[in-house]
Amino acid sequence: MKKLKYALFTGCTAKQSTPEQMMSTLAVADKLGIELVELTEASCCGASHLQDYDDFLSLVLNARNIAYAEKHGLTMVTICNTCQLNTAMTKHRLDNNAELKARVNEKLGEVGLEYKGTSNIIHFLYAIIDDIGLDKIKEMVVKPLSQFNIAPFYGCHNIRPSELQNETHKTPENPYNPRSLDDLIIACGGMNVDYEEKNKCCGFHVELQAPHTSAVLAGKAVAGAMDGNADWMVTPCPLCHLKLDTQTNHLSEAVGREVALPVLHMQQMLGLALGCTNEQLGFKHHIEKVNFV
Amino acid sequence: MSTHKITTQKVNFKVFRFNADEDYLPYYEDYNMEVTSEEVVLDVLNRIKWDHDGSFSYRRSCRHGICGACAIKVNGRSTLACKERMNDMIDLFGPELTLEPLSIKRAVKDMIIDKGDFWEKHEAIHPYLISDVQEHPEHEHLVTPEEAEELLEADLCIQCGACHYACPVVEINDDFFGPAAFAKAYRFEADVRDEARNERLQELHEEKQGLWDCVKCFECAEACPKDVNPIDKITKLHQMLFKEGIATSNVATRHAVAFKHSIAKFGVLDEGGMVLYSERLAIVKHVPLALKMFVKGKIVPPWKIVKSKNLDEIQKLVKSSSTAKF
Repeated sequence: MKKLKYALFTGCTAKQSTPEQMMSTLAVADKLGIELVELTEASCCGASHLQDYDDFLSLVLNARNIAYAEKHGLTMVTICNTCQLNTAMTKHRLDNNAELKARVNEKLGEVGLEYKGTSNIIHFLYAIIDDIGLDKIKEMVVKPLSQFNIAPFYGCHNIRPSELQNETHKTPENPYNPRSLDDLIIACGGMNVDYEEKNKCCGFHVELQAPHTSAVLAGKAVAGAMDGNADWMVTPCPLCHLKLDTQTNHLSEAVGREVALPVLHMQQMLGLALGCTNEQLGFKHHIEKVNFV
Repeated sequence: MSTHKITTQKVNFKVFRFNADEDYLPYYEDYNMEVTSEEVVLDVLNRIKWDHDGSFSYRRSCRHGICGACAIKVNGRSTLACKERMNDMIDLFGPELTLEPLSIKRAVKDMIIDKGDFWEKHEAIHPYLISDVQEHPEHEHLVTPEEAEELLEADLCIQCGACHYACPVVEINDDFFGPAAFAKAYRFEADVRDEARNERLQELHEEKQGLWDCVKCFECAEACPKDVNPIDKITKLHQMLFKEGIATSNVATRHAVAFKHSIAKFGVLDEGGMVLYSERLAIVKHVPLALKMFVKGKIVPPWKIVKSKNLDEIQKLVKSSSTAKF
């Protein structure tokens, strides 16, 4: 098989508040035989907040990021749901609006770049499912996670808006009944926990302006996973991870009961199953102790 | 003539039953039915009433996706019953389907809810054209097709409530206007004839009830049977707040603007700096968490942030492509 090669858009948190996510991405890519070319030129995607302030600027910046992936002639892989949303949304809008694309390219031309629309943009979770396949991943598992009940937490921006997301990957996902993360848990040998909040919002985006709303949403998610008898949770989104992992005291207060579970990045879960070491997967950076490995 | 073959399938419906006048608690009743590929969800509601239990209650009127009366939830998914095909529901969820009202806590009888909160929010955003119209105008007030397009089909809303009761913020925060009201507000804000622009925007800017409490989950966009895409309108209203100079400095507006400052300085985010810029003195409340995160290697001080390569390009673009001021 030809070696897989992607342009990696790390996003900001992977370099700051979730270093374990960056570490585990690299470790897992190595195990899976994927070559990642990091887009070190990339800027922040705007995280849907710059978009509230200056839409055009956010389009130009995201188009610039994509242009660098295009220069490499590679598919852009994201490891954050919100990066995925904003980058894919930019691509969708520019590819469907020649006038807007021309306006954006006029700006990019000032720095010698051009957005063409030639690179696909896909989240790492879907990239490995599409390009490697769950069967192949299952074959590569050396340490099946068979003793664990694992609660998948999908994160909004990988599954909604579904029309946009389903443009980016081959295996269609239904936001009301998503399967990808459940299937990956099963491929890793784990038992997937079904619970109501798995495809709901974690509240991260209003943490500053509406802390109560934010904490109730995340608290209910952890509570749902706990009531489903989960040993731990897993998510493809570092923002969900921050919300679920770092402030369980707030979440407990908001929902009126003690809620806390270890939360793993999807790359960490896969890394465990593929035989990466705890050091490679960066568990020491978690706030909720990962005490089962 | 269509050669489409009609197929049938056995489905087990678990149906929410409740009569606020008589029942202490709601319960679920099972109905096993053969469903044909030609039926929509509303046909099933009709058959439950006509064939099984005449007391079963739900709202219906036009059965053409216009009146917005028949929205319910199927396996937790907001659904306009007269529009949604049973086959699609079975493909999505399998042959075990749960039928519930849009909001269980607002249930009055079976599928019927008290939609009072929805209408209250709808009313609150002044959902009508506010304009000093001359009684005897000399000529008609024309709106060009381009101007009409600016509504972005927000006028297609049928007020079914599918998005409102799919919104997780509405569930938690009683004051929050909700996606349907915001989409409606946009419909008039984007109307060139409307003269109440800034007053309406002002109310949308208020904390707790207003736009800034939207969690950006896209549940509303997914739920809308008319593709109104309420969150897109919410984003547009956010931009209008800045454009019209209504946006005052608060934690949410500073947070949005902080992204631009951080990108101009580092290309990437300065996460700590951004929280400081947004919260100002209120940052003290984040100190305990920040310390915990620092110990775990989750906080990078500004002088250690790895800036984007070719940062000069980013800075040049921020200068040349900015379209908003704060």
